[in-house]
Amino acid sequence: MNELAPALLSSDRPICLAILAMGGQGGGVLADWIVALAEAQGFHVQSTSVPGVAQRTGATIYYIELLKGGGAVPVLSLMPTPGEVDVVIAAELMEGGRAMLRGLVTPDRTTLIASTHRSLSVSEKSAPGDGAGDPNMVALAAGIAARRVIAFDMQAMAEAARSMISATLFGALAGADSLPFPRAAFEGAIRAGGKGVEPSLRAFAAGFEAAAAPQAPASLRRAPEKIYAAASPTGHAALDALLTRIRTAFAEPVQPMLLEGVRRLVDYQDPDYATDYLDRVASFSARDPLPDRAVSLAAAKYIAVAMAYDDVIRVADLKTRASRFQRVRGEMGVPAVQPMATTEFMHPRGEEAVGLLPARIGTSILARPWLFRVIDRIVNRPRRMRTTAILDFLMLYAVAGRRSHRRGTLRHQEEMAHIVSWLARAEQVLPANPRLAAEILATRRLVKGYSDTHARGGAKFDRVLSAVPLLEPRADGADWLRRLREAALADEAGTLLDGALRTVASLDIPASATFPDT
Amino acid sequence: MAERSFAREVQDLKLGAGEIFRGEGILAITKALLQSGVGYVGGYQGAPISHLMDVLADARDVLDELDVHFESSASEAAAAAMMSASVMYPIRGAVTWKSTAGTNVASDALSNLASGGVMGGALIVIGEDYGEGSSIMQERTHAFAMKSQIWLMDPRPNLPSIVAAVEAGFELSEASSTPVMLEVRIRACHVHGSFVARDNRKPAFPLEEALAHPARDTGRIVLPPASFLQEKEKIERRWPAAVDFIRDRRLNEHFGPKNAEIGLVVQGGMFNATLRALQQLGLADVYGESLVSIYVLNVTYPLVPDEVIAFAMGRRAVLVIEESQPEFIEQAIATILRRADVNTKLGGKDVLPMAGEYTAEVLLRGLTAFIEAHDRRLLGNAPPVPDARTILAHPSVAALAKVVPPRPAGFCTGCPERPIFAAMKLVEQELGPRHVAADIGCHLFSILPPFEIGATTMGYGLGPASASAFNITEGGQDNRPISVMGDGGFWHNGLTSSIGNAVFNKQDGVILVVDNFYSAATGGQDILSSRALNRFRTTQNSIAKAVRGIGVTWVRQVDRTYDVAKMRAVLREALTTKTGGPKVIVASSECMLNKQRRTRPALAAARKAGKRQVVERFGVDEDVCTGDHACIRLSGCPSLSIKHTTDPLRDDPVAVIDETCVGCGNCGEVAEAAVLCPSFYRADVVHNPTAIDRLLFRVRSRVIAWLQARRAASRVVFPA
Repeated sequence: MNELAPALLSSDRPICLAILAMGGQGGGVLADWIVALAEAQGFHVQSTSVPGVAQRTGATIYYIELLKGGGAVPVLSLMPTPGEVDVVIAAELMEGGRAMLRGLVTPDRTTLIASTHRSLSVSEKSAPGDGAGDPNMVALAAGIAARRVIAFDMQAMAEAARSMISATLFGALAGADSLPFPRAAFEGAIRAGGKGVEPSLRAFAAGFEAAAAPQAPASLRRAPEKIYAAASPTGHAALDALLTRIRTAFAEPVQPMLLEGVRRLVDYQDPDYATDYLDRVASFSARDPLPDRAVSLAAAKYIAVAMAYDDVIRVADLKTRASRFQRVRGEMGVPAVQPMATTEFMHPRGEEAVGLLPARIGTSILARPWLFRVIDRIVNRPRRMRTTAILDFLMLYAVAGRRSHRRGTLRHQEEMAHIVSWLARAEQVLPANPRLAAEILATRRLVKGYSDTHARGGAKFDRVLSAVPLLEPRADGADWLRRLREAALADEAGTLLDGALRTVASLDIPASATFPDT
Repeated sequence: MAERSFAREVQDLKLGAGEIFRGEGILAITKALLQSGVGYVGGYQGAPISHLMDVLADARDVLDELDVHFESSASEAAAAAMMSASVMYPIRGAVTWKSTAGTNVASDALSNLASGGVMGGALIVIGEDYGEGSSIMQERTHAFAMKSQIWLMDPRPNLPSIVAAVEAGFELSEASSTPVMLEVRIRACHVHGSFVARDNRKPAFPLEEALAHPARDTGRIVLPPASFLQEKEKIERRWPAAVDFIRDRRLNEHFGPKNAEIGLVVQGGMFNATLRALQQLGLADVYGESLVSIYVLNVTYPLVPDEVIAFAMGRRAVLVIEESQPEFIEQAIATILRRADVNTKLGGKDVLPMAGEYTAEVLLRGLTAFIEAHDRRLLGNAPPVPDARTILAHPSVAALAKVVPPRPAGFCTGCPERPIFAAMKLVEQELGPRHVAADIGCHLFSILPPFEIGATTMGYGLGPASASAFNITEGGQDNRPISVMGDGGFWHNGLTSSIGNAVFNKQDGVILVVDNFYSAATGGQDILSSRALNRFRTTQNSIAKAVRGIGVTWVRQVDRTYDVAKMRAVLREALTTKTGGPKVIVASSECMLNKQRRTRPALAAARKAGKRQVVERFGVDEDVCTGDHACIRLSGCPSLSIKHTTDPLRDDPVAVIDETCVGCGNCGEVAEAAVLCPSFYRADVVHNPTAIDRLLFRVRSRVIAWLQARRAASRVVFPA
């Protein structure tokens, strides 16, 4: 009774298009443009979305099917089927990754149009270290999963056109020639929309040109290349003496980092302070047995960071500079003649105030807790400083002026004591386990921030270094210390670090350690 | 008024006979209500049906012209109770809400309504919030239909079918004296399509007529003995009437050949996905032609037994495609076939998953298993089916799972609730962790990173009630629970269920009412405490006054939530005070999304017109920031991110604020209150400055520049 294939089934299939965007990126506008475009061209078109709640964040997917008109009214699907999507538009790089993870991008069919810019998620931003995901993993997967990849920074292009990324994406869709419609029809849809037409058309054109041009495989950087200053003579005797010393007394691979350190410390304090720095580094570089100069490099970098510790003088100094005033105007896009005020949000505590005092006075205050409490009660409160008003500026200016007295302050004494003990630990293991010494130096990365954050960083620093005695005899001790540091940077509470420390404590001590590269 | 304008959509409601309506499914329903001569409409907003409410709220002139009364109901219960207008009078009425959350709330009224029955058509438009994009517990409205004997329509998800179902729904309701639910899923609510409009109709029986000629009938009231008679009437009269109507009006549809070996029984809402799966198997085409027989249930409750028997009879097997669980329809069909002694094999949840959304991909697998078992030769010429499994297994693609971050919805840029939870986080650091009961609303995003505050949610307006078992602390103890509730939940039922409950039971806990001037999570609708003047609603009713009125003595009103230090101080006080009874904090600041919608156009116009204006934005001094991201862990603001630097001495990226910052002040306040770091600054840019502005600016700039030059001259530095 079954009549197989009675009615001849049509082989028509719709063009399937998915848009992955975040709330507020204009994914809905883009979907509306595509619908208007297809309807104007006589196509049947159906779009759906699961926009969820009203908030402007969160990942959202829009799905559109288009079918050439003329025939009967088609029955179109309300959601994408993995393996059946012709075009995927991702309004952010990781959303392109999400499309691939959902199977929406397949090599036989899918054109992936993705903006390569990043909008970091909360989980990526909130790690105490660097939690940003590796964009190259998305680029690599796109090359494998998609039939064709069109990827460039469409956000930057939209900003340059003072428009939204939806317009650039629409342009890229037109430029990719994935839909059977001419460019003019796309532009017609934007005009028909009637909102912000001119900027949208500019952004559309930029996206169109870039997508139509031959595509080089996207190579993405997680972070920009570090830029080292050039060592050109300054004409100033003290500075040139520092340059000469770097050039003559240190191995070549260490010189660029040393120059950075010296520049930072001269800016921070004075050329004498930079000389102290070179002395400290020299005691490591002279005994660095490693061919890649890992100990010297770590010393050059982290001793500079440690010596340029963040104190009230430094903050006041940075906040009152002319260059900073210019930079803020640049960031805000405000011309020099337009009135603008800046307000700083500061919260000095008793510790900072006492730290500014000459060491002897500061120590005697710390010895009298009641006195410290009195000072803290006076000092410890939020203070908004209007750096563009004369009185507030003068106060910060005066604090910045304490720079010449910095070496005598209590805070300086404390910082130097910390540096001395830290360097001593590194020096101690240097002969037996130089890689571990380099890692001890690099552990200084954990000490950062102000007040509580600074204290937490300091505590993590101590806990990581507490493993050194266990690690010293191990050939892989340096790797373990690096892992401990990475664990410390992964979360604020240090939960991962606790686990890593337990692992280290459970390691068997190897009978004999060999150190291959010494 | 809600800050979003629906003026364009309102125009669509005015379309006349023969004109083409183009738009979203939920708006098509709105138009269909007017075409059906509805006399009143009510409801409670929530995805995916918010737009029905929003558009009607903006469509006052259209509604007035048609004599349609529209209410923004205080809750789904209020909306359901509104339908009592259709009990004694032949007035058509419609209400809407998100289900099953809203149906739960409405149940009391719905049960009463269904028991007594209706005279006028009563249609309940249900946004079935199931599957991807849903924001509630995953349940079926079907169960409510069965237990109360309310009919359930589930039309095919295209605009003409949905519109036809609205019109047929009223008639079905009237023919069977029973309220009818029209179920539309999330995607169907948001589907863009078109249908040919008809003219709008005034109600045949206006509301004035009812007030002029009041009617009553004790037999319609739910009280013994009438209630027992009503129970019998449901089964003996109303049910058969409904079944006859559904059969006679052919509300259910057939596709494909009459006599294929196998047949599919499909919920209307599942039709498109089913057809796509058949298409992928080479058994159907995009125009609805099919090689297997399909029986589409546009009415899923009640079933029409003779239609079911006729469809199953003589076939080798029938598959029921029914999303979610339990499989009520499959069980009912099994009973019908067994009683009629029809021995056709019955498939359903044996080949399809019991739980979860039925996508084409899921259906493809189930259909393949079913057809392989019952009519293999159909799959003989099957084309290769779409399959992403090979590419998903590729190591480079699989590795993406480690880098693609989860991206749930969160607080918007400038959200006034962010500083509240930043303050709670700081109090937690100070006084230790404690039990926090959450509620429904934007504030529930506190459970996500970076705040991770909140242990449970028990329903709208029930946050404080859900902490009531912990009412064992004595005044002054510091482990009191905190419960959170939004202004939406507060007015929905929280004032009585939570606050009144806490007063009566002398609860010692802390109740935090988050007041953002709108029902924000559902799209910014007005509620009783909204600050805006609304011509058609009474707003500006104080939450603090209501709380005092119900008997709370310890009430603190915070009028600027961005004042993190104050928020923290108030929370600390509430947690440590010796005062017994509930401690209620009302934290009020306007929802930033709606504030921007409200103020931005006016501000832009004022600036263009040359009015003086100060625009605030925040920034981070890159060289002061140490890259520890403590500020982000107390914020999660979309405009506060991190940036990698080119500085060789830095390992970690620094904080950065992008141009989307709205200058809410949270960054600065948190940095101060938490003693984080001095790297934040606020820039106040003066547009259209006055002469005094300019003079002051010039003098200050000169003095400061002179001081800066003086210091620069004394400094030895490397050239930049």
